Amino acid sequence: MVSVRLLDDVAIEDLAVGATVLGTGGGGDPYLGKLMAINSIKQKGPVRLLSLKEIPDDALLVPVAMMGSPTVLVEKLPKGDEALKSLSMIEAKVGKKVFAVASAEAGGVNSTIPLAVAAQLGLPVADADGMGRAFPEIQMTSYHLYGIRASPFAMSDEKGNSVLLDTISNKWIEWISRAVTVVMGGSAIIALYPMTGREFKEACVPNTLTFAQKIGETIRLSKQNRQDPVENLLKLVHGFKLFKGKIIDVSRRTTGGFARGEAIIEGIDESKGSKLKLNFQNENLIAIRDDKVVATVPDLITLLECETGLPVTTEGLKYGYRVFVTGIPCNPVWRTPKGIETVGPRYFGYDIDYRPVEELINR
Amino acid sequence: MRYRIGIDVGSTHTDAVILDQNRVLVKAIKTTTTPDTTTGIVDALKGVLRESQIDPSTVNAVMLGTTHCINALIERTRLAKTGVLRLGKPATLAIKPLTTLPQDLRTALGDISYVVKGGHEYDGREISPIDEEEIMAAAVDMKARGVESVAICSVFSPVDSSHERRAAEIISSQLCDVPISLSSELASMGLLERENAAIMNASLVKVARTAIGAFMQAMKEQGLGGAKLFMSQNDGTLMSVEHALRYPILTVACGPTNSMRGAAYLVGLSEAIVVDIGGTTALFGAISKGFPRESAIAVDIGGVRTNFRMPDLVSIGCGGGAIVREEDSKIKIGPQSVGYLLSKEGKAWGGSTLTTTDVALAAGYASIDDGRCSPSRLADLDKALVQRMVEKIVQLVQENIDRIKTSAEAMPVILVGGGGIIVPPSVYDKFDGVTKVIRPDHFQYANAIGAAIAQVGGSVDRVFSLEKLGREEALRQAKQMATDEAVKSGADPSTVQIIDVEEVPLAYLPGNAVRIRVKASGSLAL
Repeated sequence: MVSVRLLDDVAIEDLAVGATVLGTGGGGDPYLGKLMAINSIKQKGPVRLLSLKEIPDDALLVPVAMMGSPTVLVEKLPKGDEALKSLSMIEAKVGKKVFAVASAEAGGVNSTIPLAVAAQLGLPVADADGMGRAFPEIQMTSYHLYGIRASPFAMSDEKGNSVLLDTISNKWIEWISRAVTVVMGGSAIIALYPMTGREFKEACVPNTLTFAQKIGETIRLSKQNRQDPVENLLKLVHGFKLFKGKIIDVSRRTTGGFARGEAIIEGIDESKGSKLKLNFQNENLIAIRDDKVVATVPDLITLLECETGLPVTTEGLKYGYRVFVTGIPCNPVWRTPKGIETVGPRYFGYDIDYRPVEELINR
Repeated sequence: MRYRIGIDVGSTHTDAVILDQNRVLVKAIKTTTTPDTTTGIVDALKGVLRESQIDPSTVNAVMLGTTHCINALIERTRLAKTGVLRLGKPATLAIKPLTTLPQDLRTALGDISYVVKGGHEYDGREISPIDEEEIMAAAVDMKARGVESVAICSVFSPVDSSHERRAAEIISSQLCDVPISLSSELASMGLLERENAAIMNASLVKVARTAIGAFMQAMKEQGLGGAKLFMSQNDGTLMSVEHALRYPILTVACGPTNSMRGAAYLVGLSEAIVVDIGGTTALFGAISKGFPRESAIAVDIGGVRTNFRMPDLVSIGCGGGAIVREEDSKIKIGPQSVGYLLSKEGKAWGGSTLTTTDVALAAGYASIDDGRCSPSRLADLDKALVQRMVEKIVQLVQENIDRIKTSAEAMPVILVGGGGIIVPPSVYDKFDGVTKVIRPDHFQYANAIGAAIAQVGGSVDRVFSLEKLGREEALRQAKQMATDEAVKSGADPSTVQIIDVEEVPLAYLPGNAVRIRVKASGSLAL
């Protein structure tokens, strides 16, 4: 017998904080998804979290996510049944019932959406995702790296419109669905990468929901027990303190539809006398300390506020904040040649070779 | 000579000042804030008139900054039974109105809400057309349930508020004299936060009516029947009584704003950081062009997440009564405080609690003119420990000055509030990124002075189509509308200036639409 794990509202609060750490500065605010999940749990009871070994090889797993502009999302909230429609379309196409809801992205807003959907539909949710962090595009998943098709891909809006896509590549899903999202009014709920249990277990980044929850719990309990949240957090995630400093300059610009920018952080205490430059595009991408690269995407670069240990998003970067810049090794799948090609520094336009954060800091 | 009176309510003291027509301070007094707030205000009014001995008929204007509304929200008392109408169906049903309010507040408001068809997309298309019968049914139900105030919020109303306005007409036809708050008049993007701002505004109309009514009565009794009453608002300008009755939520942060504006006025600066240290908290804010800088992010008020314009403030529990202790060989300050009980519980007064004020007295850089207070009671404190505690106070002040600054450029700091004595004068010229620390005369009355010197404001916030008008013409029209409104509210036309212009392009809206927000302000025509 496997012990049953249920997620209640405290677990979801923790998970949302952890998802912001894994969001590496981007991924959107998990606040709305958290509200929806807690709402659904109040009505329908806790969500059952499935470990990989509880998933049969022939089961159907389908990740669900929210797609679109975060500014639209905070204004035009979902109706609540969009995911059900998207999932039913996939079920009809595949000819099988969904066994469990899965997650595409453990960082940011999409960490909590699958929980809301699972609670609403009374389905369990698989304890895994396709990134182990946050990324901005549909093909940027471990599922893609393992050759799984994002098609058939279903998207639904709150008005009742639905679209089912079948494309020649996952990049085409990204292009077409992005356009449909705009027509639907800027946001949609998507169901994608339908997989068998066997495929899922091979291609996912395992245990990430539990991991996100543990991260949030560690920060919460450290505060309660008057311990150092940053130390405890880094121990848990096997991460590194790259720098401690005060943000002295933030510049932002919008190019090619992305919010790009740069923050300069001046060293304090153990980092005194040094400067760190952080490049971001929705997520934090590159950290350079005194002309030396100390971490790059796909490793996780997360800023934590010195006092509280809480993560700072790229939108929240502000002069005067005192932060730890931390580096967390990404899932090994991103360190393969195809992984680096899909989400490495060069994909985002930086003339830098990827090297793992643990190598970079020991140079 | 003509005079004006400024009154500001704080958590411990209610202050009143009289300024002459040249804005010179004639008289300032402090009274104790009372549990009902109004008695303290009336005491202050009577006191300052009595002590100044001016003829009440020479007073033209009274400016009042009060905590009635914020207290009502925090205490969940005297709030109106509020009906909430959201237009957006079928969108938004996943999170119903009132969901994010604390349960006790929700109960206090009556827990009455409706989600009906309507609302817009980001590009101006309708999500669904309005259903007038559905709104009428909601209005009938509200009437049956004895709703005293109504909040209306539609999806993307900052882009198109027509559904909110039409719904208000329909509801008015049923509930004739019930005040209606429209979300688009109060806040910007972010449905739940804007809706909450409208709900809180609606819930406060009764409190505002009672408080303003009682104070106007008191003014009459004091011979001030000929003076005009203005209310201080969050942005540092004054509202007419009529405006304040409709938008009471705009008064909830007037205390810190008045203090910042008063501080800037006392030293004659229009760009500065203001540090206001009271008994319980230390507030850090920034003055830009003479007005408080506004916050860009969601703010919590009484446990509710909202997004209307508030001054950008950092508040920490490091006031003059904050409790100081050593834990695991680290110095901790606050956030617990003895507050107004300092003169009972503070060690220098023979009490048992070590506060920041005690530390300042023990270190020898502060003195207090109070016979009951004796620094000799602190003689047994370890000198090195006191030194470390002083360093911690200085460190907290430095860190929070940094948090409120927006750039590395050095700026002056104005230190006001009675608790300001906890900052050692020896470090005034040693703060990083600070040109100097100024402790002005009359610093203890900065709040009431801020109320008294306030100007009359006018603002416009609406979407213009640049395709038809062109940018220049749209800006000109917006500025004119803001100016006209300021004059209508009582500003001297020759003094009105545009103090803020903000353009937000709504990229996907047909007709190249832009949301323009303009604020104007001018001196009171007295």
